[in-house]
Amino acid sequence: MPELFYSHAVRDALREEMARDPRVFLMGEDISYGSAFGVTKGLVEEFGTERVRNTPVSEEVIVGAGIGAALLGCRPVVEIMFMDFILLALDQLLNHGAKYHFMYGDQARVPLVVRTPAGARRGYGPTHSQSLDSILLTLPGVKVAVPATPADAKGLLKTAIRDDNPVVFIENKTLYGRRGDVPEGEHLVPFGRARIAREGSNATVVATGQMVEDALAAAQALAGDGIEIEVVDPRTLRPLDMPAILESVQKTAHLVIAEEGHRTGGVGAEIAARVSEEAFYYLDGPIRRVAARDIPIPCSEPLERYVIPGAADIIKAVKETLNAST
Amino acid sequence: MMPTTPTIRDPALAAKLYRSMVLIREFEQALDQLFASGAIRGTAHFCVGQEATAVGVSAALQAGDYVISYHRGHGHFIAQGGDPARIMAELFGKATGYSGGRGGSQHVSSFEHGFLGSNGITGGGIPVGTGAALALKLQRRNGVVAVFFGDGAANQGAFHESLNLGSLWKLPVVYLCENNLYSMFTHLRESTSVGHIADRAAAYGMPGQIVDGNDLVEVFNAARQAVQRARDGQGPSLIECKTYRMLGHSKSDKRAYRTREEEASWQAHDPITLFRKRMLDERILTPESLTAIEGEVDRQVEQAVRFARESPFPPARGLEESVYA
Repeated sequence: MPELFYSHAVRDALREEMARDPRVFLMGEDISYGSAFGVTKGLVEEFGTERVRNTPVSEEVIVGAGIGAALLGCRPVVEIMFMDFILLALDQLLNHGAKYHFMYGDQARVPLVVRTPAGARRGYGPTHSQSLDSILLTLPGVKVAVPATPADAKGLLKTAIRDDNPVVFIENKTLYGRRGDVPEGEHLVPFGRARIAREGSNATVVATGQMVEDALAAAQALAGDGIEIEVVDPRTLRPLDMPAILESVQKTAHLVIAEEGHRTGGVGAEIAARVSEEAFYYLDGPIRRVAARDIPIPCSEPLERYVIPGAADIIKAVKETLNAST
Repeated sequence: MMPTTPTIRDPALAAKLYRSMVLIREFEQALDQLFASGAIRGTAHFCVGQEATAVGVSAALQAGDYVISYHRGHGHFIAQGGDPARIMAELFGKATGYSGGRGGSQHVSSFEHGFLGSNGITGGGIPVGTGAALALKLQRRNGVVAVFFGDGAANQGAFHESLNLGSLWKLPVVYLCENNLYSMFTHLRESTSVGHIADRAAAYGMPGQIVDGNDLVEVFNAARQAVQRARDGQGPSLIECKTYRMLGHSKSDKRAYRTREEEASWQAHDPITLFRKRMLDERILTPESLTAIEGEVDRQVEQAVRFARESPFPPARGLEESVYA
């Protein structure tokens, strides 16, 4: 199994799906130049400017035109250069793309993928660092994938492109440079199937995106103290693999949820609510959320580190919930 | 502006277009009464007075072309051949409606009629229609998309982003602004930096044209030309149809923001009366044939209302499963 950068795994998925299906095309700002992170570099040489389309800086019409093209049988993969910019396109995404199939019935399908890099830790400041996953979950109609490894980046993106619904595919800026084993060829990762990134019996840590790596680092440190945590990576937030989360919680009786998004109304809030509803009596300690503080993400390194959570926050949260039960 | 010599000399075509306009008018008037009597919940935006734009544009399209509409969309759907009974049923919230009761007045579509749908977000259909045109171009389908919107939508970012992209990529699309002077209650002069929406075409490197939106023949001529241009790969046009919504913004509009004199002046320029007179003057249609059409339409609208009333409500069962394809 070859070892690939996360960004190259994304590119491989795009290349394979474009080669497999002539209906697939790419569109976004600077996409033929590779966009901000070089992910799509080289694809224009392979597939031409008709299928790798540079757009004006117009997020609303990038997503809207993707929806329109999808309605008539194309399978567009559009890019929003930074996830922060997706706010400019939310009307098209959530008022239109997310509702067409429901409103218009079977004739209307919107096989659109919106790829977008999220996440902080690079000093890009308040409007280039956000993880807005939870905003997409507040309204039905859009699937959300959050790959944490190169293998999942490839396998989930191929699945996303073949899905008949709008999918927001959240890539992570920090993870772009990470390497990992990636199966060659037809590697498809189904939606709604969590990955147990590490097994453990003392506490469950549900972590998304970049936080999976932090959770694994925390697990290593905690193991030194004799605490074994189970790291559950949901891989997609909608559909969400609640059975896998509940199964883990029933085993460990403790839950920490770690995300890079803001705390209030976050992904963690939703998972915590569902676990409280469905597995309350299995819990031996309070659920703890690890998330960005409810302030905009600052640029300066120490300030950014203060706002964005890391492995130390996960360790602290695990200990808190374990200590509360004794 | 095109000369206003009639291009509609074929009596069969003239009769079809007249019928379509009268059907839209009577459908909307029936609806107005149904709302007033409390038979229908929700809201609707009537296009009484704007029938010529819908019918004139649809007449310029062919099979394989598409229309995308906005909140004031019943006319566009009917002009594309949508079944008034099923549109009416949708307004009643019935299972037989085009959206099975999920959409109501402003969220209906029928791709087989080349109708990509109406929606309730002002300007929201413009990017989608532009993308549909991109699909037609990528698929070498030779089709054209007619994107309808009102004057209010021309102040949305979606309008500007879409016209720029549509023109840049020379997409087969025609942008049709139905300028009825008011965005809800606010007059154009209070909301818009230019006197004519068509002036904005220059900013996007496409032809802009102003037409009398109440003159079916003029709309038809302008649309035909723009559709041909789009089909030939020369890119989009912006056509501004000057018109008037006789019943105001939506069902409960008391029209306090405009004068009865202004309304009367537009009433005297009614698109149906205008076309009727013209077809009679030019001896393309006979009074008997027009009266026959009117009678047929009366019955069709009555049947539509009956069909809608008698149709069952949809079950809530299965809703969860229909969010995703």
